Amino acid sequence: MTQLSRTPSQTVGPFYSIGLCRRRDDELDPEGVELSGLLLDGRGEPIWDGMVEVWDAAARRWGRSNTDAEGRFRFRVRRDADVLETHVFARGLLRHQRTRIYLRELDDAVLASLEAGERATLVARAEDGGFRFDIRMQGPNATVFFAP
Amino acid sequence: MTDPYDGPVVLPDDPSLGPEVQVDFPGYRSTRWRAPSRPLVTLPEELHALDGPVFGESAIEPLDNDLTRQHDGEPIGERIAVTGRVLDDRGRPLRGALVEIWQANACGRYRHDVDQHPAPLDPNFSGAGRCLTDDEGRYAFTTIKPGSYPWGNHPNAWRPAHIHFSLFGRAFEQRLVTQMYFPGDPLFPYDPIFNAIRDPKSRELLISRFDLARTQPEWSLAFEWDIVLGSTPFEQ
Repeated sequence: MTQLSRTPSQTVGPFYSIGLCRRRDDELDPEGVELSGLLLDGRGEPIWDGMVEVWDAAARRWGRSNTDAEGRFRFRVRRDADVLETHVFARGLLRHQRTRIYLRELDDAVLASLEAGERATLVARAEDGGFRFDIRMQGPNATVFFAP
Repeated sequence: MTDPYDGPVVLPDDPSLGPEVQVDFPGYRSTRWRAPSRPLVTLPEELHALDGPVFGESAIEPLDNDLTRQHDGEPIGERIAVTGRVLDDRGRPLRGALVEIWQANACGRYRHDVDQHPAPLDPNFSGAGRCLTDDEGRYAFTTIKPGSYPWGNHPNAWRPAHIHFSLFGRAFEQRLVTQMYFPGDPLFPYDPIFNAIRDPKSRELLISRFDLARTQPEWSLAFEWDIVLGSTPFEQ
């Protein structure tokens, strides 16, 4: 069967919110708990024009949050969700990046394949009754991203 | 030591580098601190076949696919139809795919607080639309042709005219955000974002085709652009 060439990716640019954030899509579970964090660049500076999408595949719930001036994104997610499939977008990212937000440390093949330091970048910590998960694009504590 | 990110824009033109976009492309300076610096990790097979979010008609409002009719008056600019098909990499149409677009107005200005380009805003143009693909995988928008605009990447930097596209297929891995360009744009050779795609043939995949058959006499021009997402690892 013919294999077509995939359309290449391009950055979302700085103005994506006029198209992608016209409505609030950040509540995967309105009754759930807050999951928030900072999106940080290689200097530790906030990425204030980024966007995070999460997919709670087990419950088939999806959400999207832009980042604010501090680089903060926030969602309301199921309290007992295990892992959220995650995409990160930003100006300066020519292709979005895929990661996974674990709300608790699971005994699964993905985490088992990583070294302890890398594994720690994928596990959220409990904070104020919800979860905190920072995303670092670069540096010694850079979040693990997965090949597309 | 020379920081390659401070140097002139150097454009790759080497197909042997592969078709993909180079995420740490030095010519596009914002990549410097944002592109991942560590190698990407490969996921187990079953996570490559993950079903993705699916959006229904409830995601769409009646005038979402006509950017020329979202205000009381008509926007200034060249009216255009932009249509095409969303396919997987085996050529199968992806139906019910959510397509979201956003763009500058005819003067090259976005309706966004951060955009300070001294070109007029158009009170009749928001520059955003969305639709779902039909059973043939087809999407259709009516809009106006966006203008080129300057940006701060390097001295006298201008973006070729483009429309931003965001797509969800059926599989999680089919997610794509990209930009559609217009044929014959004189700015192509100078744009680091366009040229961050390493293979010149792949860059052409982002250029729409003038579509005489869909022009409307005395009314509007038309462009056609097909989008190919990754593979569908399961039957729809």
